[in-house]
Amino acid sequence: MAKEDFAQQNVARHLRVGRNFRTKGSNDNANLGWSLSLFIVVLMPFLGALLPGVLYPAGRRTCALGTLSVTLIALIGLISNFPALLAGETVTARIEWMPALGLNATFFLDPLGAFFATLILGIGLLIIAYGRYYLSSSDNMGEFYTYLLLFQGAMVGIVLSDNILMLLVFWELTSLSSFLLIGYWRHLAEGRQGARMALTVTGMGGLAMIGGMLILGQIAGSYDLTVILENRDAIQESDLYLPALILILLGCFTKSAQFPFHFWLPHAMAAPTPVSAYLHSATMVKAGIFLMARMWPVLSGSEAWFWLVTGAGLITVVLGAVISFFKHDLKAILAFSTVSHLGLITMLLGTGTAFGAMTAIFHILNHATFKAALFMSAGIVDHEAHTRDIRRLGGLRHLMPVTATIATLAALSMAGIPLFNGFVSKEMWLEEALHTEFFASPYFVAAICTIGALFSAAYSFRFIFHTFFGDTRRDYPSHPHDPNPGMWLPPAFLVCLVLIIGMAPFLAEPLVKFVTAAVLGNTAEVPTYHLAIWHGFKPPLYLSGIAVAGGILLVLLHAPLQRLWDATPRPEAKSIFEGLIAGCVWVARRITCGLHDGSFTRFAAILMVAIVAGGAHAYFTGNATAATRDMQPASVVAIATWAMLIAATGFLVAAHRKRLAALILIGIIGLIVSVAFAFFSAPDLAMTQISVEVVTIVLMLLALNFLPKETPVESSALRRLRDGAIGCVGGLGAGALCYYLLVRESVAPPISDYHLENSYAGGGGTNVVNVILVDFRGFDTFGEIIVLGIAALVIYALTEALLRGPVRARLLNRTPESPLAGDRHPLMMVVLTRVIMPVLLMIGIYIFLRGHNLPGGGFIAGLVVAVAVVQQYMASGYAWATQRQRYPYHGIVGAGVLIAGLTGIGAWFTGYEFLTSSFTYIKLPLLDEFEVASAMGFDLGVFLAVLGAVMLSLESFSRLARRAHTTDSLHAMDIDPSRDDQTEGDH
Amino acid sequence: MEFLVASGIGVLTAAGIYLVLRLRTFPVIVGTALLTYAVNVFLFASGRLTVGAPPILTDAERYADPLPQALVLTAIVISFGMTAVVVVIALGAYLGSDDDHVDEQEGALDTARKLESAE
Repeated sequence: MAKEDFAQQNVARHLRVGRNFRTKGSNDNANLGWSLSLFIVVLMPFLGALLPGVLYPAGRRTCALGTLSVTLIALIGLISNFPALLAGETVTARIEWMPALGLNATFFLDPLGAFFATLILGIGLLIIAYGRYYLSSSDNMGEFYTYLLLFQGAMVGIVLSDNILMLLVFWELTSLSSFLLIGYWRHLAEGRQGARMALTVTGMGGLAMIGGMLILGQIAGSYDLTVILENRDAIQESDLYLPALILILLGCFTKSAQFPFHFWLPHAMAAPTPVSAYLHSATMVKAGIFLMARMWPVLSGSEAWFWLVTGAGLITVVLGAVISFFKHDLKAILAFSTVSHLGLITMLLGTGTAFGAMTAIFHILNHATFKAALFMSAGIVDHEAHTRDIRRLGGLRHLMPVTATIATLAALSMAGIPLFNGFVSKEMWLEEALHTEFFASPYFVAAICTIGALFSAAYSFRFIFHTFFGDTRRDYPSHPHDPNPGMWLPPAFLVCLVLIIGMAPFLAEPLVKFVTAAVLGNTAEVPTYHLAIWHGFKPPLYLSGIAVAGGILLVLLHAPLQRLWDATPRPEAKSIFEGLIAGCVWVARRITCGLHDGSFTRFAAILMVAIVAGGAHAYFTGNATAATRDMQPASVVAIATWAMLIAATGFLVAAHRKRLAALILIGIIGLIVSVAFAFFSAPDLAMTQISVEVVTIVLMLLALNFLPKETPVESSALRRLRDGAIGCVGGLGAGALCYYLLVRESVAPPISDYHLENSYAGGGGTNVVNVILVDFRGFDTFGEIIVLGIAALVIYALTEALLRGPVRARLLNRTPESPLAGDRHPLMMVVLTRVIMPVLLMIGIYIFLRGHNLPGGGFIAGLVVAVAVVQQYMASGYAWATQRQRYPYHGIVGAGVLIAGLTGIGAWFTGYEFLTSSFTYIKLPLLDEFEVASAMGFDLGVFLAVLGAVMLSLESFSRLARRAHTTDSLHAMDIDPSRDDQTEGDH
Repeated sequence: MEFLVASGIGVLTAAGIYLVLRLRTFPVIVGTALLTYAVNVFLFASGRLTVGAPPILTDAERYADPLPQALVLTAIVISFGMTAVVVVIALGAYLGSDDDHVDEQEGALDTARKLESAE
């Protein structure tokens, strides 16, 4: 099957049967209101992220305006889709990317996505305007806005993605951009630690979620959200539902700071305040909530969902609210309050009722408005008074009346006071709590929620009274006053929304119901409940009253309560987290350093033993089949060659301390291997092996020139025995595996028949090996010559580094260990190499030209020509040869890679894929008919790259050698009878 | 014949492993060269052994498997590049410290401790 596919693909390539592109998608979605603007909405922030950095030098105002316009364009693009949305359509935009993997760039806009996207972009606008005045002149505003836009794009991507794999990518992008934003003030250790903690926690959650989403995709058979959302029954009945649910909830809970992952959010407050307001109250922390709402139709309603989500939400509500009450930092108070409110929303989603979902959506809206306004107010206070410590504040209402008004109104909404929007959704929350049973008691949840609401009122009142009321003080770090309107207008706008929704909740009702319908999907009806301030004297109102009265009482008792709180020992999340991280690092380090303590020998031994152990495991657990091939008879010559190989290897091991002898033996072994290649029908391999052997030996000789000539005996007999044992076992394994393979047919038929059949028809050559190299698998070869070129450049660079460092002096001052030959460039050798050179070059060209049809080709020709050139270096020395070297070897390598690449690109102009070859036959006068194939251009590139790479490496080595000797003869030979001056070569 | 090739590969591997585990750079380089031979021949042999039928298209009925040959051909050339890089690194280390040991010599250094003290 695989073979057929492969064959079809290649036949298509070679027989030019059109392209393998399918233009799918546009037709399918024609009836769904396909929208380009949706792409623009998602892409705009990413593209626009380049803008602030470019505009920053033009001034802060331009930079902020540029950023603002990017967000505004995205928002307009979004709003332009609203008419379709209101008409009941779902707007989609789709590009098939990797359909085989189920990974497509698919976006869709439904009321829920539109609601969140509007929140993200709308509050984004306010934050950008606010940030313009918040950042000081020493902050790099361009960098800040770039990160902010990256975040914005990622966030919009999450809420608009239809493909869950894409959603995951955007999800992780929000973690990354939030990391950059929290750590924006790099000089603050808190910022760096907070950023790291946020990334670790949310990143880990994201990883868990990837697992959950993949399971979900497997169950539903598609990675498209729209499809998954329609498969509620299949998913809930699946055995994998629970693992998928837990993994996805891990992602949501970490992102939305639910217990027990709530601890990162307060530490993320080290970020600049616009970031806190944007990411950590209005948008990013809502991503988890968003996903729970998005997945609500398929995941909710089960026992597990109810207990996990409602439970985590309830704990978080109370925990966040209580801690918040005892914090002194304004932003910490708001952070824990955010944790608490997120818990509230989570709990509402957890109940699994339509009313709960509606309340959650309403509270998301309300929380985003009042909390962002509060964060911005806290930022103003910090900006003006230079402190956020509530103990050092108080009485600010006289000094900054505007800010005080804004903050007070927003905080009253947070406390749940009537006529503010927080009140309306809190009433609905308490209503829902009264209808939720936990531990078979209808009062349990309501009691917990009331405690949460009570503390919520308490910290809100404390925020108001301890910051703005009381006597004006004289010891503020800086004299506070109301800031530039640019800073207070954004929160003022939000507070207007707070008041409008608070006093006329029916205005928000269509929106909330519209979005709720999208959350519910077709699982439930939207409740008929009307959003209103007054629902009569009902239990929620009593609970609200208790909460507000209790809140006031708590604020009055704050001082003694605070002393009690400070005296109570509590687990400190940060130190636990740091300890956990340190523990992980310790374990990882023990394992890594236990295996790899810096000793290569030890590591190599462990590696070998591990490989042998793996092989042994496979051997003892696998099933061996009977041999299916007969052994071929061995001739006497073959046995003799085998005996020579064994003997040479044996001698090599025995005599490896004599390094020169070892080199000679390696040469012999290499020769035997190339003979074996020739014998077993691989002439190309034999030729390659033998020419590589020559250059390798030359290279090793050059190196040995500097290295000690003998290896001393150092290791103990026991250790040699141990190494010998490892070697023997490894060798036995390799030999046995090979033997096993050789006497059996392949499990699946090899794809080589295809190559043999199409080599001439499709590639125009009869040497199948060469056609495979330059045509069938040309892309591999292209990569390989690049690797070879890089290796040569690495050698060159390392040599350069050596020659510039302290090694140079050592090389220059070094005295040879053995006396040098009196005649370094002997006459006979020089003459011989000069005679051989044209012969070798001709052979090289011949081998190159015939390569497509007979054994040969660019690789071998390159090596042969390299050997011809190396001989000249050996005979007449580096200086002489270099003087005659016209083109630098790097250039030759580069030219080779370029020619090969351009030949491949050439195929584009005739409408074929990269590296498709074409060929024709021409007849030149005096010569036989011969073939011109574009593959030949490619082979020329291979030839040049191999030649250049080999020569560049050898030249680098001989440069080291050249510096070692002080004199360099520019003559071809030392003793030249035709030359008068005979002294120059002596030294 | 198959036995000869398999045992040849086994012997080359055994010698290669033994030499790679030596303490000086030169035998290690020689050892990797031996392992390279062994691996190349092994890969080549995965196309099974065929005598007298090179993959040059003629009227013949039977050809050796060309694909492993093509793969091994580039492997041979690349292994030259690899050997050259390893040799230059070994040479640089030797010239820089006048010591051609593979492992660091000044006492047994506990890497973990070194890392911890660096913090």
